[in-house]
Amino acid sequence: MAYSDKVVDHFNNPRNMGSFKKDEEGVGTGMVGAPECGDVMKLQIKVQNDTIVDAKFKTFGCGSAIASSSLATEWLKGKTIEEAQKIKNTDIVQELNLPPVKIHCSVLAEDAIKAALTDYQQKADTQPIDTK
Amino acid sequence: MKLPIFLDNHSTTPMDPRVLETMLPYFVEKFGNAASRNHAFGWAAEEAVEQARKQIAKLIKADSKEIVFTSGATESDNLALKGALEMYKEKGTHIITATTEHRAVLDTAKSLEAKGLATVTYLPVDKFGMVNPQDVQNAITDKTILISVMLANNEIGTINPIQEIGKIAKARGVLFHCDATQGVGKIPVDVQVMGIDLMSFSAHKIYGPKGIGALYVRKRNPRVRIAAQMDGGGHERGMRSGTLPVPLIAGFGKACEICEQEMTVETARLTKMRDRLQTDIMAALEESYLNGHPTNRLPGNLNISFAYVEGESLLMGMKDIALSSGSACTSATLEPSYVLRALGVGTELAHSSIRFGLGRFNTDDEIDYTIKKVIEVVTKLREMSPLYEMAKEGVDLKSVQWAAH
Repeated sequence: MAYSDKVVDHFNNPRNMGSFKKDEEGVGTGMVGAPECGDVMKLQIKVQNDTIVDAKFKTFGCGSAIASSSLATEWLKGKTIEEAQKIKNTDIVQELNLPPVKIHCSVLAEDAIKAALTDYQQKADTQPIDTK
Repeated sequence: MKLPIFLDNHSTTPMDPRVLETMLPYFVEKFGNAASRNHAFGWAAEEAVEQARKQIAKLIKADSKEIVFTSGATESDNLALKGALEMYKEKGTHIITATTEHRAVLDTAKSLEAKGLATVTYLPVDKFGMVNPQDVQNAITDKTILISVMLANNEIGTINPIQEIGKIAKARGVLFHCDATQGVGKIPVDVQVMGIDLMSFSAHKIYGPKGIGALYVRKRNPRVRIAAQMDGGGHERGMRSGTLPVPLIAGFGKACEICEQEMTVETARLTKMRDRLQTDIMAALEESYLNGHPTNRLPGNLNISFAYVEGESLLMGMKDIALSSGSACTSATLEPSYVLRALGVGTELAHSSIRFGLGRFNTDDEIDYTIKKVIEVVTKLREMSPLYEMAKEGVDLKSVQWAAH
C-alpha cells in the first residue's frame, strides 16, 4: 500500500514531537489507544488565556497514526479551546488522504485531542482560584 | 550496492539467470505439448519434463515418478488434503495439523471442516514454534487418516521434527503430508528418512519461476493414492489434469539442481550473514527479542520484535529495504500474526515484529546497510514512542488501564 506524500512528509519530519511535563501549569495530556491494538497516541497541549500556545505528541503506531497526530499538533497550535473542540477526524482523513483501512488512525487522533482538552479543563477546574 | 535491497526471500525469490536460460528454448522453439506422443515436438517437450522430474526428485531423494506437477504449493496443499480425504474417507475423516501452518493448509482444513467432511485437530506449538511429536502421537485416533505438519515455518523459520513425526505416522498407519515450501532447496530433505508420504513445494521460493510447484506422492511403502480435484485429460498419473507448462517445469528442475549443488556452501554463507545481522542488531538495541528457534531454523531467516515500536512504521522508515512485518496494520484486519500469537508472543510484541529473509543474491554490503538502518530507525521511532517514554520512567505498561479501541 502506498502512502500519500503528506503522510510520508509527517512521518519523516514529525512536527512537535516530544513531551511537556504533565503537571506543568496549563498543560493538558490525552493518551488514547492500546499497545495490543498496535497504536497508542499521547497528545499534549499548553494553554494560556484560553488559547493553545503549544502542542506536542508521541505516537506508537503505523505511519498514518504518526502522521495523524503530528498533523493534529500543527492544527491545535494557535486555536482556542472552543475551536480545538471542532477538529474532526474526517478533516484529518481529507488532509492526509488516508485510505479506508487507516481511518481508525484519524479517529484516534480526534480522541487524543478530546482527551487532552478534557484533561486540561479538569485540571483548570480543580486548581485553587488565585485570590492574591 | 543498489537500492532498494530485497530482504524478503520468504515471500518469493528473484529467478536465477541460469534458470531463465534453461527455460528460454521451451517458449518458442521447443513449444510442444509433453502429452503429444506421436511427433518430435511432443518428444522434445516430454524429454524436458522428464529431465526436470529427475532433477526435482533428486533434491528430495524421491523417484521421478513420484513428482506431480501443480501450479504451486497452495494447490499442492489443497490437493494433498482434499485428495487424500476423498480417497480414504471410508477409513476415517480425522486430520491432524498445527496452528502455525501456512493458510493454504489451515484454510483447506477449515473448509473441509465447515463442509462437514472432516474433523480437524490443531496442535499447539512450543515457544519456539515447534510441534511436539508426542502431541501428534496423542492426537491420533482410529479415525485419523492424515497428519499435516510443515517442514519450516514461513515467518519464524523454525524447523519441525519431521523425522520423528514421520515415524509416528508410519507406526500408526496414518498418511503424513508435509508442506515443505520454505524448506526444500534450503535444508536437506529426504522423503525416505523423514517418512513423508505427501509433500508440497514450489519453484519460486528457490529461485525458479512463479506458477509451478509439485506434490510428492509416495509410490511404495505405502502406495499413496489421492483423488484428483480437477477433471480433464488425466495427466500426472491421473492426479492432476492440465497441459504441463514445459518452460516452467524446465526452470523448476534447473532451480532444484542448483540448490542441490550449492546447498552446503550457500547454507554456510547465509548463516554467517544472518548471524551477523542478528548479533549486531540485538547488541545495539535493548529489548529486541528473537522470534522462533534460536538454532533450529532456516539459515536465511531472522524474525525480531522491537519493543515499543510498531512494525508497519518500522517498514516505512526502512523503505529502501524490502521486509515483512508480523503487524497486520497493513492488511484489512487489525490482528497481528497468528504464528507469533501461537508462540505465546504478546500482542504488543507481535505488532512490533520484523521478518528478514536472506537469499542467494544478498551481499555483505547489503547486510551492513541493513544493520545500520535498523538501528537508526528503531532508535528514532522509540524516541517518538510514548510507550518507550513510559517504560524509561519506570511505568509498568502491563499495569496501565488502556482505552482499547
